[in-house]
Amino acid sequence: MGIIRTENLTYIYGEGTPFRHVAVDCVNVDIDEGEIVGIIGHTGSGKSTLIQHFNGLLKPTSGKVFIDGEELFADKSRLKEIRFKVGLVFQYPEHQLFEETVYKDIAFGPKNMGLSDDETDRRVKETAKMVGLGAELLEKSPFELSGGQKRRAAIAGVMAMEPKVLILDEPTAGLDPRGRDRILGMIKEYHAEKGTTVLLVSHSMEDVAKTVSKILVMNDSKVFMYGDRSSVFAKAEQLTEMGLTVPQVTRVFDRLRAMGIGFDDEVFSIDYAKDLVMRLLKEKRGESVD
Amino acid sequence: MIKDITIGQFFPGKSVIHRLDPRIKLLLTVIYIVMLFSAKTFAGLAAGVAFLLVSFLLSGIPIKMMLKSIKPILPIIIFTGILNLFFISTGEVIFSWKFITVTTGGVRTMVFMASRIILLICGTSLLTYTTSPITLTDAIERILSPLKIIKFPAHEIAMMMTIALRFIPTLIEETDKIMSAQKARGADMETGSLIKRAKALIPILIPLFVSAFRRAEELALAMECRCYRGGEGRTRLKQLKTAPRDYVAVVLALAFLAAVIFLNRVWI
Repeated sequence: MGIIRTENLTYIYGEGTPFRHVAVDCVNVDIDEGEIVGIIGHTGSGKSTLIQHFNGLLKPTSGKVFIDGEELFADKSRLKEIRFKVGLVFQYPEHQLFEETVYKDIAFGPKNMGLSDDETDRRVKETAKMVGLGAELLEKSPFELSGGQKRRAAIAGVMAMEPKVLILDEPTAGLDPRGRDRILGMIKEYHAEKGTTVLLVSHSMEDVAKTVSKILVMNDSKVFMYGDRSSVFAKAEQLTEMGLTVPQVTRVFDRLRAMGIGFDDEVFSIDYAKDLVMRLLKEKRGESVD
Repeated sequence: MIKDITIGQFFPGKSVIHRLDPRIKLLLTVIYIVMLFSAKTFAGLAAGVAFLLVSFLLSGIPIKMMLKSIKPILPIIIFTGILNLFFISTGEVIFSWKFITVTTGGVRTMVFMASRIILLICGTSLLTYTTSPITLTDAIERILSPLKIIKFPAHEIAMMMTIALRFIPTLIEETDKIMSAQKARGADMETGSLIKRAKALIPILIPLFVSAFRRAEELALAMECRCYRGGEGRTRLKQLKTAPRDYVAVVLALAFLAAVIFLNRVWI
């Protein structure tokens, strides 16, 4: 059994009002520990609502959620413990910064967990380093930081809690390409180092394809499919119908394969594509030399 | 949940109440408030209840929404109720313990005041349920515009109200989001002493203020970009016009007011 499992999870907004809306419709997923999963879907497909169930911020209208084998809402007093297990980074997390200094803001989560000052200090410094915030920034007010730095400080605030599962909702929204790559790189590094389960919510296939190994596609409040990258991208046509796209590189290489230029692997990132093309060119040059 | 606060929420519809001229609706609300405050007996209040129920039924807004609008002010009702209960000492003594005495007059005033506040909130929320904030402030501007002669900034005040009303749901949503975010970081807002809970508000209030200021700045900029220069020379897409039904409504409301005044003589 995976670390996150849902059973017929359904959530309805505004039941009994004219604004009734089914946001999550009978979702069954099972996510294994240590996995790095991308949750992808169109705006309003229910992905943000889904992840808020994973740490008990929303109570399912019907159905069950299990974290680490434990049912959420079975015992309300355990909810806080479970929230420490599942770290959730919301969209635009920089809007949650409030402390006088960056250091204190990152320490907010660990302090709430009741950790000792020494342990808190260790975690704050470690995560700050991991997200690339220098020691000189830690004593600054979070409101003095740049947009990208604020975002990273806010993510560090959740990472410092060292949750078993880290969920990030659109962590790259509104950032420039460099800021985006930096955050995605940071998430990958964090996953590699800590081995925690990471869920990355996004509507950008390019972002997801670069970072994750498995993809959960949400469409119209339902799970469309859950599988590894290539099996998801194999359904390019259906994805396009949903308003989602397969990454540009993947499409280019699919066409190349169709044209008879052989690449065995699926291609998801520009870097990998570059390597492949270079290797192919070298091979060709090698032939001509011979 | 915080989302349950519905003050200023508009329910689109096509009922008679929705179609009334907003100026008339404001006038009706004023008449209704006069009704409640001139009622001195329960029979008088009953006429107010009748007026409210008729309006609610005509509007097609579910009665459940009416009850929902009372929920946030429940503490105020209970507080005033308790004050009235203990500090009014007319009538017979029902119950006495040390310095606390409860009299029939106290009980009567408690029930009367509580019903009055509840009716007041229900009536005014019906106004906001059936009138979009924009038309409402439009009406206020039109009502206040004669005062422009004495340099009263009618347009500016109406615009400020429009903006304030427009941003209530946005800010509520924002509060909800920030609360979720801090809860996810282990903030505890539901347990602990009063001081502890007050302190727990800091992680919510600071980001909320910051974002409110940011929004204000962005909005000001966006308005300037669209050449907003105050009310002078501004024309409207939708002109307000009164229809026969508006006059009927006013006459009906006045009839109810007369009923209240008449029923005041009937003592319960």
